[in-house]
Amino acid sequence: MKRWLLPTLLLAGLVGAWQLAAGTGALADLLNLESFLVPSPAEVAESLWQSRSLLAENAWVTLREMLLGLGCAVVVGLGFAVALHLSETLRRAVYPLLVTSQTIPIIAIAPILAVWFGYGLGPKLWIIALICFFPITVNTLDGLRSVEPGATKMMRTLDASRGQILWRVEAPTSLPFFFSGAKVAVAVAAIAAVFAEWAGSNSGLGHLILIDNGQLETARVFAAMFVLAAMTMALFALLALAERRIITWR
Amino acid sequence: MRQDTKMPAEAEKFAGAVAMPASAPIVGSELAIRDLGHSYGELRTIDRLNLGLATHGVLGLVGPSGCGKSTLLELIVGLQEPTSGEVEVGGAVDAAGRLAHCAFMPQRDLLLPWLAAIDNAALALRNRGVRRTKARRQAHLLFERFGLAGFERSAPAELSGGMRQRVAFLRTLVAGKPVLALDEPFASLDAITRAEMQQWLAGALETDPRTVVLVTHDIEEALYLCDSVAVLSARPARIVERLSAPAPRNGDRDEAVTDPAFIAVRERAMHALREGTR
Repeated sequence: MKRWLLPTLLLAGLVGAWQLAAGTGALADLLNLESFLVPSPAEVAESLWQSRSLLAENAWVTLREMLLGLGCAVVVGLGFAVALHLSETLRRAVYPLLVTSQTIPIIAIAPILAVWFGYGLGPKLWIIALICFFPITVNTLDGLRSVEPGATKMMRTLDASRGQILWRVEAPTSLPFFFSGAKVAVAVAAIAAVFAEWAGSNSGLGHLILIDNGQLETARVFAAMFVLAAMTMALFALLALAERRIITWR
Repeated sequence: MRQDTKMPAEAEKFAGAVAMPASAPIVGSELAIRDLGHSYGELRTIDRLNLGLATHGVLGLVGPSGCGKSTLLELIVGLQEPTSGEVEVGGAVDAAGRLAHCAFMPQRDLLLPWLAAIDNAALALRNRGVRRTKARRQAHLLFERFGLAGFERSAPAELSGGMRQRVAFLRTLVAGKPVLALDEPFASLDAITRAEMQQWLAGALETDPRTVVLVTHDIEEALYLCDSVAVLSARPARIVERLSAPAPRNGDRDEAVTDPAFIAVRERAMHALREGTR
């Protein structure tokens, strides 16, 4: 319980200060803006309630993209990690390319993907997977390589095949590393989904934020961001729970 | 244990001491090392080494730190290939054949923390495709025989250092290989636990005799557990002297190591060690 006390107090303080600054119109005056452009937490909450079905509908679209995109990222990320671990040649050849892939400005390439593959789910999964596979690959690869040489030798004298060493020793050793990578991936998946939706879509929280920004529906922009943050937190918490359940030996 | 029946014969053995020529002829042996040389690039680790070990013999390798003892052990079990010369284990000279004959117990227990004690012990069986229940049943018999009954389902983290080392040794035994290669198996234990474990291992080898190569820093440990001890020089390793232990695995460890004959051989080994370091 104590763990939650400090962040809760801090959050309450921040929201309170924001309410005070925005609710009285002081912040809008300071910025020389119309007060509807600087919504207070109370107004955001009101918008959250009034637009609840619209937000829920779009949240579900984004959540589905995030989950499927993360699923692809896990498959691709683990695939790369294992392949690069098993083959030195592959590691030398492919690893630099993987690093290069992270320098691609997603904002620039997202619209091109939308032109190529349309407004459907496909390009969004591509974009999310492209951003999210990397921390999974890098962390898992480090984990696979962190196995003590003695353990491998011991397994070899116990008649283990390469596959058995991978499955019985290297894979469990790398699990905590994999979870670290997956947590980073979850944290950036929401941003990736928003980018993907901005590039071309007709639904989702990112799409809604884009439209509402254009129409100066500022309170709902904040409401949508709140929902996005809540979803990401929930996914992160689920992952942490899974980690605790699976890695019982730490 | 066998102290009562064998005592007189052993007593005679330690009266006439101990030295054997470094390259004794090798007959009917499980392990034969001929003119073995090994180097890592420019660094020569082992130099024209000859050693032999009969079936069910227990050989100790002692030497200064970094002298290549562990490398020698890895060469024997087939984890490495010699640069020159030959290692023959159970008739096999190729690495794969040697691996098939040897089980290796590393310095640290290296129990897999995600497996229960019994599943750690049964690893070799599982690797050979034995079903889990059957592998556990087989390992369970050894748990009972070696005083570990009741700890089958314990996680390695729940076991004491000595217990972990026992499980690691059982894991080596379960592999069912004729040759056991033990790399400083008790180096990480405190003195009291180490003494206990030495006596435990002596008993274990009496019930389940194997051909053993034991690498250790501890001359007392080597002379108590082994039939003979090869004292190695500093790198590149060669054999300074090969000594017969006065009363291998004989009875109470604390009594054994204070016996005058034991002390005499121990001093001789110390002397050889110093000579080899020079």
